[in-house]
Order: sequence, then structure tokens, then C-alpha cells
Amino acid sequence: MALLNLHLKVWRQTGTQPGHFQDIEAPEIPDHASFLEMMDIVNERLIRAGQDPVAFDHDCREGICGMCSMTINGMAHGPERGTTTCQLHMRKFRTGDTIWVEPFRARAFPVVKDLMVDRSAFDRIIKAGGYVSVRTGAAPEANEIPVGKEIADAAMDAAACIGCGACVASCKNASAMLYVSAKAGQLNTLPQGHAEKDRRTLAMVRQMDAEGFGNCTNQYECEAACPKEISVRWIAKLNRDYAVASVKEVVGIGRQQSGDGD
Amino acid sequence: MSSLLDSLSRFYASSIGKKLLVALSGLALIGFVLGHMIGNLLIFAGPDAINEYGHMLHTMGHGGLIWVARLGLLAAVVVHIVATIHLTRQNKAARKDAYGKEATRVASSASRIMIFSGLTILAFVIYHLMHFTVRVGNEYNNPALYTAMLDGQPVHNVYKMVIDGFSWAPASVFYIIAVALLCNHLSHGFASLFQTLGLATNKTWPLFQKAGHAFALLILVGNCSIPIAIWLFGYGR
Repeated sequence: MALLNLHLKVWRQTGTQPGHFQDIEAPEIPDHASFLEMMDIVNERLIRAGQDPVAFDHDCREGICGMCSMTINGMAHGPERGTTTCQLHMRKFRTGDTIWVEPFRARAFPVVKDLMVDRSAFDRIIKAGGYVSVRTGAAPEANEIPVGKEIADAAMDAAACIGCGACVASCKNASAMLYVSAKAGQLNTLPQGHAEKDRRTLAMVRQMDAEGFGNCTNQYECEAACPKEISVRWIAKLNRDYAVASVKEVVGIGRQQSGDGD
Repeated sequence: MSSLLDSLSRFYASSIGKKLLVALSGLALIGFVLGHMIGNLLIFAGPDAINEYGHMLHTMGHGGLIWVARLGLLAAVVVHIVATIHLTRQNKAARKDAYGKEATRVASSASRIMIFSGLTILAFVIYHLMHFTVRVGNEYNNPALYTAMLDGQPVHNVYKMVIDGFSWAPASVFYIIAVALLCNHLSHGFASLFQTLGLATNKTWPLFQKAGHAFALLILVGNCSIPIAIWLFGYGR
């Protein structure tokens, strides 16, 4: 085991007050520690020195919950492809390195404290349409609706999204299109989600816009940062589904013909 | 009626709605850029070819079709620019605090300067229209100097106008810079529009990307060949 001596530049901020970078020395960090474990060590030292520890989000620490965030050296979840911050290990850094640690920056993700941001905008997008309506009661027979293998596989690819927000953080425009396209696309692909496809697509995109995210400019930084490697082709599908749903809405297809609307 | 307008205004108000309009107007402008280049390359087929082509454009549909085309192009340009500026302002507003340490992994440099390349091309288009279409500050509208005979009929001497126009170094230099920026703009914009229109799939994307780069290069070589031939190699002078 090697020990690393690191120089950290950590963003410190309380609520809506202006933040700043704090220089923190992090000597003797074991190279087998994860990035979050390194932050734990730094915090223990800060607490022992009577200083305020750095606030950051974390939960499962095994790359599946989507809770950890942090922009490390300008890259959401750090430099490793397909990796969350909790799965990033210090052996990817060298002793003497200066590491910039910042929150996921977006107007729609206000800073709560230090590296913690409020990602509830994502929850409101799900609430707008990221579901399928099912009748309650006895569980339906599992194979009642046949789902093709290719369809199921594609839907699972989109469903791999853990909603961490790295796509927003890495996008030059703080756009949430990769997240929304994965969540809408997963359901729009499956037969169970087909009935509410148009309504879902319009509602989720409108909520996304209302939250103040930016617009996609097809630069694909999101795909490069995504810890689950969600493909930007889901964004193409969302664009397609939105175009179809909009045209139907403009000309009134899908509304009741008797005139009482829906 | 009002609910129809409501739906349309909601479409424009949405992020994807504006992007679709940028993509469709971009597609129309790509079509124009290609047609314009092919027409202009007639300069290498001699004076009669390009003069006849110019005469044909101005007399199609009793001189009406050129105005249909001009108004259509103007509409495409206005939609493309207004929606893009709107989108860009929203994008700037979506991240108030910049990162202390910026990193770019895959975004092409062309994709990052679209608004600057686009607005520079706009400035050039205005200059280019003043130069060769409205013809202000020059003698190209003078029938005594710029009339050619075509099948015994007097027509505007487009050939001489282009040769004289590009014999002046600043005009050629600005033209080449603008076409280089257009090539840069297209290297991102061409493929990008198919992603926005929802036509990009894992199967089609590599094709769109290659076609975009090839098209951008074609526009660069085709258009720049004209001022370079005239200004540097003295073609037609």
C-alpha cells in the first residue's frame, strides 16, 4: 500500500451564500481508499482540528444508489469512465496531485451545503410522467404481455440510470436531457408504457424545462460522464417521441372527438 | 383556433420544440448552401454558363420564383438565428456559477463555438448580399459595364462581376474565412440535426457523422476554389 500526499481545492458554501474554494492538505491517503473514504479521512482530521467537515452526499457506496456526486477536476464523478465517485479509487491519482472538488453545478441543482446539491428537480420530472398507471388488486400474470427480448434489453439499458445527475453536471448547458430521455425512454419502449407515451413525453419535457435546466446541444459530454454509460441515442428517441406527441397535440389526434377533450 | 395557437406556442416555448425548428431550418439552409455552391461552380464552365444560370434564376416563374426562394431562405435564417439565440441564453442561465476547474471530454471544438461561427457567418452573409446581390459600393449594377450578350439577348454579366469581386483581396479573404467557419459550423451541425430530429440510431449515427464531415469538407473545397482561382491564380482576369 502506498500513501499519497494530495492538495485539495474544495468548494465550501452554505445555502445561497456565495461559496469559495478552500485549500485542504490531504497527506498520507492510502491509495486503496475510495474517493469518499479519502473525504472521510479528510473530514475526521478537520473535526479533530475543530473545523467544519466538508458536507457531501453518499449512501450505498457500491455504485448503484445515485446518491454520491462531486465534480472532480471538472469531471462529474471524476476521470474514470462508467464509475461513480464512490467507486473511484485514489490509486487513479498520484502523490503531489492537486484535486479540484466541486458540487454538481446547475441552476436547477441548488447547493445545500458544500458538495451537496438538491436534486429534487429530478423527482418532480418523474412525478410529471415517469410512471405507468396500473390497476391495484391482484398481481397480474407476469407473462400476460409478451415483451420481445430486444425491447426488454433496450429498456433495461435505459433503466440502468441511477438518477445521479452527472449528465446535468457535465453538460456544457446543464441540460437534463440524458436523464429525462432514459426515464421516459425506458417506459416508452415497453408495451406497458405505450398507453401513456405521448402524455408522458410532453409532461416530462415540460417539467424539465420548468425546472430551469439548459438545452441539449448534442455534444455528448453527458454520455462520457454517465456512470451507467447511458447512450445519447435515448436523447434522439426522446426528440422523436416529443416531435410525434407535439404534432398529435397540435392537430388534436388522441383527444376525444365528441369535443369534451381530455 | 386559440387552442391550436396555444399548442403551437407551447411547442415553441419548449426546449425540444425550438431545437426541432433549429434543425429543420438548418436542413433547409444546408440544401441552399449545396445548391448555391453547385451553381457558383459554373464559373469554371465559362461566362455563358454562369450568365445563363443567373438569368434563369432571375426569370423563373416570370421573375417570381426567386422571391419565393428569397423569402423562404429569409424565414429559415430568422428562425434558425432567433431560436438559437433564445436557446443559448437559456443555456447560459442554466449554470450561474462556472466550474473552478473546467474539463471537456468529448465535445468537439466546433460544437463549442457554434454561436460564434454562426454569428460570424451571418455578418458575412450580410456583406455578401450587399456585395453581389444588392451591389452597393460597386459598379456591378451599371449596365454599361456589366452586360453580356447571351443568344443575342442582353443579360447581367455575372461572370465579370464575380471575377472583379474576387480580384479585390479583402473580399476574397473575408469569403475564405467565412467559408472556413461555415465548414466548422457544418462539421457539428449537419450530424447534430439528425440527432435532434430523432433519426440518429446506433445504426445511422456513424453514417450521419461521416456524411457531415464529408459535406463540410465539400463545401469548404468547392466554395474556396472560386476566390482562390481568381485572386491567387488569376482565373478569368
